[in-house]
Amino acid sequence: MKEIITAENVKLSYGNYEALHGINLSFHEKELTALIGPSGCGKSTFLRCLNRMNDDIENIKITGKIMFEGQDIYSPKMDLVSLRKEVGMVFQQPTPFPFSVYNNVAYGLRIAGIKDKELIDQRVEESLKEAAIWEETKDNLNRNAQSFSGGQQQRICIARALAVRPKVVLLDEPTSALDPISSSEIEETLMELKKQFTFIMVTHNLQQAGRVADQTAFLMNGNLIEAGPTEKMFIAPEKQITSDYLNGRFG
Amino acid sequence: MHEIFLDELKKLNTQFMEMGVFVNDEIDHATRAFVDHDKARAQAMVDDEEKIPHESLDIQQKALKLMALQQPVATDFRVVISILKATTDLERIGENAISIALETIRVKGNPRIPEVEEIISNMTHNVRHMLIQVLTAYVQDDEKMAKDVAAKDSEIDEAYVKARHLIIGGIEKDPSAAVASSSYFVVTRLLERIGDHIVNLAMWVVYKTTGELNELANPTEEKTI
Repeated sequence: MKEIITAENVKLSYGNYEALHGINLSFHEKELTALIGPSGCGKSTFLRCLNRMNDDIENIKITGKIMFEGQDIYSPKMDLVSLRKEVGMVFQQPTPFPFSVYNNVAYGLRIAGIKDKELIDQRVEESLKEAAIWEETKDNLNRNAQSFSGGQQQRICIARALAVRPKVVLLDEPTSALDPISSSEIEETLMELKKQFTFIMVTHNLQQAGRVADQTAFLMNGNLIEAGPTEKMFIAPEKQITSDYLNGRFG
Repeated sequence: MHEIFLDELKKLNTQFMEMGVFVNDEIDHATRAFVDHDKARAQAMVDDEEKIPHESLDIQQKALKLMALQQPVATDFRVVISILKATTDLERIGENAISIALETIRVKGNPRIPEVEEIISNMTHNVRHMLIQVLTAYVQDDEKMAKDVAAKDSEIDEAYVKARHLIIGGIEKDPSAAVASSSYFVVTRLLERIGDHIVNLAMWVVYKTTGELNELANPTEEKTI
């Protein structure tokens, strides 16, 4: 399986405080990787490094290398807009913009300068279908996206992320604000979508990682403790501390 | 919260080990009663035959409860699953010991083929030693010891084959002893089965320790039945 993103010795500091102590981790194409670990372990911070969402934080220093399809994303030559088109993101709280479903999903395409109405129509429909929210929105495309339920809003946000045809989608606890049924629907959607896209997901729901992730990476105190195939991590991890965390012994 | 889980697990492990030691004694009592024609002793075992299945059920219920309520994963998962599976094999060993006791009660006449009785004594000694060793490997998470125990099963199988030849030879010499000698077939066969269950126990020790689940029986081994 081809590696699509490779992090080499990634360190991140806020002023004098080092939050990531040198992370080495690769992500395979068309797989879902779960990043797990106690609160404050650096998993979200690390996730946000992968499409440079931390750039604007004051006093931040990031060293090491993150390669996306062989390109160093922190190189001065990297175009941020095109990076984020390729590496999209979905957040913990559903964040639909305060306008219609259609305009939400079309938003990224318009930013990218696409004006062809037919192409946008087609892409909106495709993306909503991929995010498994088409049936619930097809007759209400002009309804305000914020008037849908939390689970539906999150799937609209996934559709919005998919509309620009990214290669990787970063998910920051995408179901933690949702009820179990909506969470399970999102999980099913991800299982289907990972045939086409690469996902990297921060989650506190360990059972969810077990259910959907191909690879699981365990971080603690800014270090990568262990990463590997999810089945191995959940049955026979290399380190006792990984087993302890998975069993809720701390964190 | 997790302390409670570990505490429950520790108790379960102790209960499992106690059951193991009890089953081991049962093998000894059963074969001694058989060789000594001690029907009273055998009957006492049969009267108490519910004890092992009852214990097994209790362990399994506790393990299932831990699975359902605590949802252990990784190391903890392997420990609970291993107990769950190993308990069944231990219970089968106990059943085989009771079957030897039943055969002791059932046997008519007084067949004596001293060489076969010697093999039965040796097989008994060896399976009991293997059982204690596999339980030790279980407690100590000793993968190598478990594999060594499993490898010894081929000696049990060889002894069984040898016993069969001797029994047939004995019947040929004195056909009137045929009915009584059939008990020797039953008992050696039961001891051979106990060896197979010990191999299964060893397999669960390896799983508990490493997460790898593989047959430990020698693949080239001649099928004994």
